[in-house]
Amino acid sequence: MTNKMKKEAKVLSQKLLADGIFDLWLETEIAKDTCPGQFVGVYTVNKAALLPRPISVCEVNKEKTAIRLVYRVVGTGTAEFALYQPGDYMMILGPLGNGFPLEKAEGKKVVLMGGGIGVPPLLETVKRLGEGTNKKALEVMTVMGYRNSETFLSDEFEKYSRLYIASDDGSVGTKGNVIDALKEKKIDCDVIFACGPMPMLRGIKAYAQENGIKAYLSLEERMACGVGACLGCICKTKKVDDHSHVKNARICTDGPVFDADDLDM
Amino acid sequence: MNTKVKIAGVEFNNPVMTASGTFGSGMEYADFVDLNKLGAVVTKGVANVPWEGNPTPRVAEVYGGMLNAIGLQNPGVDVFINRDLEFLKKYDTKVIVNVCGKSVEDYLEVVERLSDEERVDMLEINVSCPNVKEGAIAFGQKKEALFDITSRIKKVSKKPIIMKLSPNVTSIAEMAKAAEAAGADAISLINTITGMKIDIYKRKFALANKTGGLSGPAIKPVAVRMVYEASRAVNIPVIGMGGIANAEDAIEFIMAGATAVAVGAMNFHDPYLTGKVVDGIEEYMRNYNVDDINSIRGIVE
Repeated sequence: MTNKMKKEAKVLSQKLLADGIFDLWLETEIAKDTCPGQFVGVYTVNKAALLPRPISVCEVNKEKTAIRLVYRVVGTGTAEFALYQPGDYMMILGPLGNGFPLEKAEGKKVVLMGGGIGVPPLLETVKRLGEGTNKKALEVMTVMGYRNSETFLSDEFEKYSRLYIASDDGSVGTKGNVIDALKEKKIDCDVIFACGPMPMLRGIKAYAQENGIKAYLSLEERMACGVGACLGCICKTKKVDDHSHVKNARICTDGPVFDADDLDM
Repeated sequence: MNTKVKIAGVEFNNPVMTASGTFGSGMEYADFVDLNKLGAVVTKGVANVPWEGNPTPRVAEVYGGMLNAIGLQNPGVDVFINRDLEFLKKYDTKVIVNVCGKSVEDYLEVVERLSDEERVDMLEINVSCPNVKEGAIAFGQKKEALFDITSRIKKVSKKPIIMKLSPNVTSIAEMAKAAEAAGADAISLINTITGMKIDIYKRKFALANKTGGLSGPAIKPVAVRMVYEASRAVNIPVIGMGGIANAEDAIEFIMAGATAVAVGAMNFHDPYLTGKVVDGIEEYMRNYNVDDINSIRGIVE
């Protein structure tokens, strides 16, 4: 908890990865403590936009103390980020949130499911699941859902896992969403780690419950402080939450990753 | 150089406080700021029982500010005393607890519960939250209602009382006078200004609550004007807030008439900000030969 900081980060590289999707490497001390599934708050220089933009960490390079952010341009803040060049500096706050519980995959067959801009945080996750001896998963599979043939990051997932792709327009892999791919390929698993839009996460929760699978879902919400103080980004929980003492948990601090069984979606 | 200020007999090391709702109970910001460095920690509003708050989205960014409609989610006074207040015992900064309620009885219950807590220095009564349907702002928009709730709270409270005023009124001076006449020890202002944002692509309100409270630098000129008007209307101390982003802003509020100031939404922009404002005020005092912070209060001509 005490390792959070707001710091200047140096842009190492930035490139366009797919339509509206940018791939940014930042040199930052924050990399030292960043776990897979965590995120950072990125600040704009534009003073009219005050709030940090929550962006998931796609990859961590501890040797270079660098993090990789793969993000979609969705508004004025992210449009500003897309203009940054190597050597420029950006202010970031992090590491934020809890990250994926890698230990839950130990000795298990695990499927990582990402939809759209929910794909990036699973890259560092899949890398860590395969390495080391302590928390090694028995088998790691990934199912990534895209709008079309712009299957950004899929080549990298292929290096670390058995990869299945779903696309909305059917141009690559299974036509449909990630759950359609899971069913079509009859993928058998014990644990799911997922990040993506709410309808997809709801579908995964239902599928996991029907099939006796444990699912951990990374949620998204409009955020302000990013550190658990403002209570802007809550999600509904089934039981009274330990911190809030009502049926709300803070996505920025108690999440963004939650046990699907704990969520009231 | 003196940065100490006094409100209702309570002495604060400096005039910098946190605005309720933007700083939790200090726990989340203790990673960034030494809480002992602050004049006071003003906690998030606490009610007699836990409140769920509003549906999401609860926050939206707007030009130079943000809208929020959290709806005063809080764990209730029991958890607050056992956890948050206990946490604050590690520090010697002053503690002001913000109190909210849906009825006068709710407020009185919380005030009574907190009256015997040694760690509590003052109570700030939230009669100005625009985001809950019952209570709160209903007591803060009519001077008769404000007078009534203030005097009833004063009867039971063993702690000095700050009434937090809403800017969503016709005359802030009239409201300030009503609070003073009812026995308030101080007033704080401004709470957020009711606002709205519409997503024209989705044809939907940006907030689930439709309306929310506007805060951030966008509201600062309104806040400075209201602090000026209120502080000239009453003799009790005024705590000024609304969009403070740096020490210069804080000094501006003090010159408008504020005894103390609070940093709010800009904590979200910079979690270190409260500490920087404390340092910046001292730097200003050194550079401009101000020996006592109290000497520039309301000095604007």
